[in-house]
Amino acid sequence: MMLQLDQIETYLDQFHILQGVSLSVQAGSITVLFGRNGAGKTTTLRSIMGLAPIRHGQIRYRGEEIGHLSTYSIARKGIGYVPENQGIFHDFTVEETFRLAMQKNDDEQKEKLAWMLDLFPDLRHYWKKKSGHLSGGQKQMLAIARAYVNSNGLLLIDEPSKGLAPIMVEKLMFHIESMKQKTTVLLVEQNFMMASMIGEQYYLMDEGKIVRGGAMQELKDDADTRQKYLGIA
Amino acid sequence: MTTSGLLNHRFILFVFLSLAVLPFLSDSRSIYILFTQIFIFAIFAMSFDLLLGYTGIVSFGHCMFFGIGAYSVSLFLKNFDATIGYFLLGVLVAIVLSGMLSYVIGMLSLRLKSHFYAMLTLAISQLLFVLAEKWRSLTMGGDGFTFPVPELFRDRLSFYYVCLILMVMLFVILRAFTLSPLGKVLKAIGQNEQRAEALGYQILHYKVIVSIVAGVVAAISGGLYAVMLRFVNTQVFSIETTLDALLMSMIGGLGTLFGSILGSGIVELAHHGLTELAKLHPIFERWVIFLGLLYILVVLCFPSGIVGSFQEWREKRKQRSVQPAPITEQVE
Repeated sequence: MMLQLDQIETYLDQFHILQGVSLSVQAGSITVLFGRNGAGKTTTLRSIMGLAPIRHGQIRYRGEEIGHLSTYSIARKGIGYVPENQGIFHDFTVEETFRLAMQKNDDEQKEKLAWMLDLFPDLRHYWKKKSGHLSGGQKQMLAIARAYVNSNGLLLIDEPSKGLAPIMVEKLMFHIESMKQKTTVLLVEQNFMMASMIGEQYYLMDEGKIVRGGAMQELKDDADTRQKYLGIA
Repeated sequence: MTTSGLLNHRFILFVFLSLAVLPFLSDSRSIYILFTQIFIFAIFAMSFDLLLGYTGIVSFGHCMFFGIGAYSVSLFLKNFDATIGYFLLGVLVAIVLSGMLSYVIGMLSLRLKSHFYAMLTLAISQLLFVLAEKWRSLTMGGDGFTFPVPELFRDRLSFYYVCLILMVMLFVILRAFTLSPLGKVLKAIGQNEQRAEALGYQILHYKVIVSIVAGVVAAISGGLYAVMLRFVNTQVFSIETTLDALLMSMIGGLGTLFGSILGSGIVELAHHGLTELAKLHPIFERWVIFLGLLYILVVLCFPSGIVGSFQEWREKRKQRSVQPAPITEQVE
């Protein structure tokens, strides 16, 4: 198992956000975390990264407990994180962004970069352009590519479709799907149509808890659950 | 290097060369003193820019390092011989003290939100202010004391060149520092701290490093300031000293380094010019009001500072003409 969360509980100030979240992500798969706004999806990813430290429970990455490590230590273990707002360094060019992300700058990272530039040719095209001047879709590509070159097997991607045009969302989902051959993805997404096309496993969150989980096909076939927790038929 | 980058460097070189030939155009002692003060405050403002402009760390008590430098040099020159050796020893002690103090403050407060650093530096700088006031046997309190300076520094012209060379050297060193991979991490922290950490950077480590570098550079400027005045009192620990650095770096442009030099020049020249105008009309005796108006105007017209606004304008022009890079230029 690539990643396993066991009954994690997270508080933001006095608010009890995650109330015993358990999930697992298999290596080489795309697992999608669905839920309405405020269900705790982003906090789950932030908890895995140590940005919202857990109070109880365990997080295991490749069998190693990482739940109480600091963010930079978790990142160094090889987990790449693409936040909801992309977290772009606006004053950095695309080139500088990759230089910053590629701390080891070894052959493996160079190979990953080359693959990312093949996958997202726009980034090669705008190599010398400041990240802040890229379009929304290009920023998202940069954020994903940056996290990928710095990771070692697991990517956490938070709502990549947010604010993007439908055509761009489709393109992006296609790219994320093609990344499956080289990495494992835990994806938080509200766009059920798109995410259900690329995800193999799903978890459904509501009020800080996992309420359903299983093969994506089961959710596709279960209109009642979709209606109840996502508000879509 | 791009054409615009080359022009930028040429302009900076032109400014430094102009300052180097200035004494050949004027032999006014007051001009030497005025420009020497500009150079010293430029060093101080550059140190502040490293903290706020590059890393986003707010300090309300940066004057403490300036004061440590001023008192350290002054006490050595007063109590021992007025030689270059004791001056350097005073600077060395100031560097060590400032480095240690900024390390301790950084380790205590930089792991928390940035306003803790601001509050802690303010508290400690005020503590040092009170200590300097009360420890009269050593510091003579608010009255301060005069002291002899080394032979080389007695001549205003040679001290002008000493300060100019130091300012240029520190500018080059700090520029190299900010352009280094470490400097890039600092800039990333300034833009998005959590993102930098999620890329695997231990941000506390980098923030403490920059706080030490800023403290040490500020201490050097403090030592030079005391030598320029040949006098020191507790004003070096006053919050106005920190505010001067803040305004100079803001007017010039935060995160640019050269902006601090420009800002220091503007503030000091405006201060001097307005004081001179007081001889013509009494209204200029209230020169602080005019200086305040100048600050407001600059902040309204150039929100990123003068150098910052110029860089933004140049960047916009550059981005319009960005072409894809050849594949060979990509990360090696």
